[in-house]
Amino acid sequence: MSLRTENKPTSTVDVRGSTSHAREMNKFFFVKLVLMALVNAFGLFVLYSSWQVGHWGMLAAMVVLLVVVNWAYFSKRMLAAKFLVPGLVFLCVYQLFTMAYTGYVAFTNYGTGHIGTKEAAIEANLAQNEHRVEGTPAYPLAVVSSDDEQLGFAILDDGAVLVGTSDSPFQPAPEATVADGAITAVPGYEVLTFEEILQQQEEITTLRVGFGDAEQGSIRTQTGSTGFLYQPSLSYDEATGALTDTTTGVVYRDNGEGMFAADDGSTLRVGWRVPVGFDNFTRMFTDARLSGPFLQVLVWTFAFGFLSVATTFFLGLFFAIVFNHPRVRGRKVIRSLLILPYAFPGFLSGLVWAGLLNRRFGFINQVLLGGAEIPWLTDAWLARLSVIGVNLWLGFPYMFLITTGALQAISSDMYEAARLDGARVWRMFRSITLPLLMISVAPLLIASFAFNFNNFNLIYFVTEGGPNFPGSPIAVGATDILISMVYAVAIESGSTQYGLASAMSILIFLMVGLISWLGFRQTRKLEEVL
Amino acid sequence: MRRSMMITAAAGLTLVLAACSGGTAEAPEEPGSADSDQADGGEEQASGSLTVWADELRADAITDIVAQFEEDKGVDVEVVEKNFDDIREEFLAQAPTGEGPDVIVGAHDWAGELVTNGVVSPVELGATAEEFSEVAVNAFTYEGQVYGVPYGIENIALVRNNDLASDTPDTFDDLIAQGEDADAEYPVLIQVGEEGDAYHMYPLQTSFGAPVFETDESGSYVPELALGGENGEAFAEYLGSIGQAGSGVLDTAITGDIAKEAFANGESPYMITGPWNISAFTDAGLDISVLPIPGAGPEPAAPFVGVQGFYVSSYSENAVLANEFLVNYAATEDVQIALYETGGRIPALTAAADALADDPIVAGFAEAGEAGVPMPALPEINAVWTFWGTTQADIVSGAASDPAAAWNTMVENIQGAIDAA
Repeated sequence: MSLRTENKPTSTVDVRGSTSHAREMNKFFFVKLVLMALVNAFGLFVLYSSWQVGHWGMLAAMVVLLVVVNWAYFSKRMLAAKFLVPGLVFLCVYQLFTMAYTGYVAFTNYGTGHIGTKEAAIEANLAQNEHRVEGTPAYPLAVVSSDDEQLGFAILDDGAVLVGTSDSPFQPAPEATVADGAITAVPGYEVLTFEEILQQQEEITTLRVGFGDAEQGSIRTQTGSTGFLYQPSLSYDEATGALTDTTTGVVYRDNGEGMFAADDGSTLRVGWRVPVGFDNFTRMFTDARLSGPFLQVLVWTFAFGFLSVATTFFLGLFFAIVFNHPRVRGRKVIRSLLILPYAFPGFLSGLVWAGLLNRRFGFINQVLLGGAEIPWLTDAWLARLSVIGVNLWLGFPYMFLITTGALQAISSDMYEAARLDGARVWRMFRSITLPLLMISVAPLLIASFAFNFNNFNLIYFVTEGGPNFPGSPIAVGATDILISMVYAVAIESGSTQYGLASAMSILIFLMVGLISWLGFRQTRKLEEVL
Repeated sequence: MRRSMMITAAAGLTLVLAACSGGTAEAPEEPGSADSDQADGGEEQASGSLTVWADELRADAITDIVAQFEEDKGVDVEVVEKNFDDIREEFLAQAPTGEGPDVIVGAHDWAGELVTNGVVSPVELGATAEEFSEVAVNAFTYEGQVYGVPYGIENIALVRNNDLASDTPDTFDDLIAQGEDADAEYPVLIQVGEEGDAYHMYPLQTSFGAPVFETDESGSYVPELALGGENGEAFAEYLGSIGQAGSGVLDTAITGDIAKEAFANGESPYMITGPWNISAFTDAGLDISVLPIPGAGPEPAAPFVGVQGFYVSSYSENAVLANEFLVNYAATEDVQIALYETGGRIPALTAAADALADDPIVAGFAEAGEAGVPMPALPEINAVWTFWGTTQADIVSGAASDPAAAWNTMVENIQGAIDAA
């Protein structure tokens, strides 16, 4: 031992002396150069793409990232940063950004009917309320451009060609030529080809050409070759920011909640995304439909989290102790086999188990139990048992692995001493194995609890939260845990409510965070046994 | 929602993650940006470009069709293959960012949600409208505007295994009796599943005169529930009587896959199912007929008719091209028949449907669909499905010992969910 530690400094000095610096031209430098070139090439590609589509936030973030990365790896002094930068970058992208974004969404009404901006909502409401005038024909149409570059339409109305622009209503153009029912030339205007139309699609679809009388409606086209007479039933006043129904005269104003509302409370269909403060957070407690099932689900979530950890831990520990015994034959093979469930993706196992437990056709009832129709997944208590059971199957290998490691770290001297003092097996387990095991394993148990608290995959794929509470005002069931309830309420309930979902997941996070924090504080006391 | 819970589940999971971790903002890193990149690049060469999202069955057919369109118009069309159940959610998430597609292929019952979110534009079919079957255009009509170009119609029907039964009675009770006498394990197969399946149960429900929503004079749905009342209770009682606590014809253990396999194995003379399962039956060598569904109550059994079609994004920068593609290409006989050949849905274009009329399977589904009603496109329908299905499952399984009471509670809960939305 002492020899090795003495040797270390000298050897490090040796290494430093010969190959230390980043600037030094050796093969490692070239490897670094190539890797950095790849990183920078990727960065530049992202920069170019975000420039193309106008994502300025992305562009700025990428510039900062590239500067930081290059500086860290080409600077002489940033030794610590060379190790930390990759981790920090991933932390920012995958953790901090998503957390901040979830936090932001939780304070908005983002969800069905409120997904875009106010401008888009105005446009959509106007578009949805512009109707084709009934009984009017389809007009063969050509898009034309006047000499002063103004866009207009030429239409064929009963064999006569009319031409007009947004400023000047339709006028007869008797000189125009028509071939095969299509207008090919209009004097004073240039007829646009399809290719030219495609270059200004936005302008053409928003163009309206009237007949001089607003009551009569105006011609518009969606295809550039056929026009129809349209009449809007909603008009937008930019000065007041209000929309008016032109037939009833009802005025719809911004109601501050992301909707256009009339005085009588009726609203236009399309709304937009606005901040709503703490509404999403308080809804869980104030909405009577949510608060009732919420308590039931909360209790089950804690029970599920706790039982999952307890069952998997004790089964894992049992196997670990058994297969840690030197007299068991074929330990390595058995250990490998026991770890197998851990190797399957969780959701796949969930689906398979759901099939195995099917009441009438499942392998367990049909083959193992000889056709007994036990409602494993459809009776509330059996379903809870099944979920815990499936999770036990999925989870014990992990506990088996970590406890095997921890057991092997406990010195056999202790057991020897205990045996000399006359301790029996149970006493040794309680006074030596368990306390020493807990020191290293307790933090992992807390992490496992936090994981199972949010074990959406398992619940969703085994029972889908069912069996549902009969007659419950929201569609949640006996095995729903908080996160699957969030999904049922905010996503599956009819209208998607990302704001509510984000707020609920933040509440869950706070709960799990608090429990874990308390748990970790407790684990420090465990170390006092030493 | 009805057929592919598992796919939905996978999609849903992604969504929860998206919702919980703000995944929507990852759009810049998603292939979406790469797509628009290509689109931008394309615009420099050709004069226009179009991005179309379609599910796996449609994507191939559309890719063939667009080759002609690209040639005629000198434009680029990119067909992106997506999981059918992901199209709606991803479109809703991406359209407002300007990264979404120009055209999506989807179901008519999405219209309510898409329109409420303002992500689709009305499409003027003009004279073409008359060339489509009326139910198809009506299905895509939402509050007086047409929002899509239909290409296929589908509905469920009674599929008969001709080896096990030959003449089919007029009422569902007689059909059960006949099925029980037949030499088979099940008298009739209807998928239920632990979460229920209101879609496959709907013909029986309508035969008791309890449609899901009220309709106005023009036949469009209005958001007032109609599935309660005496008729609804009568249906609930009937459902209980043929459920596990009753005669056991229906069973929540029978999921879509189990029913399909059992029927393909010749274990039942009848199955109520849609065209999507037919190839599995013909591949299994069954001799089948497709018939209208007999009613269980006093009124005719009306299955839901689902119509599939193309929507144009209201955020599209290529609106002219998109409309041109829809109205003048998607609405042609060749295209509609090409889409039928990959998906098996009856073409919405009358001329295309007539060209296929001598196929007895197509004719059978068309006949069964004549009594049908369009699946409601109201956004309120989303609040209905879950309660509807689970309540039916509870009644079938016997978990709800008083079917009528359970049914009434369901109506109250649906109303509560609609009011809260």
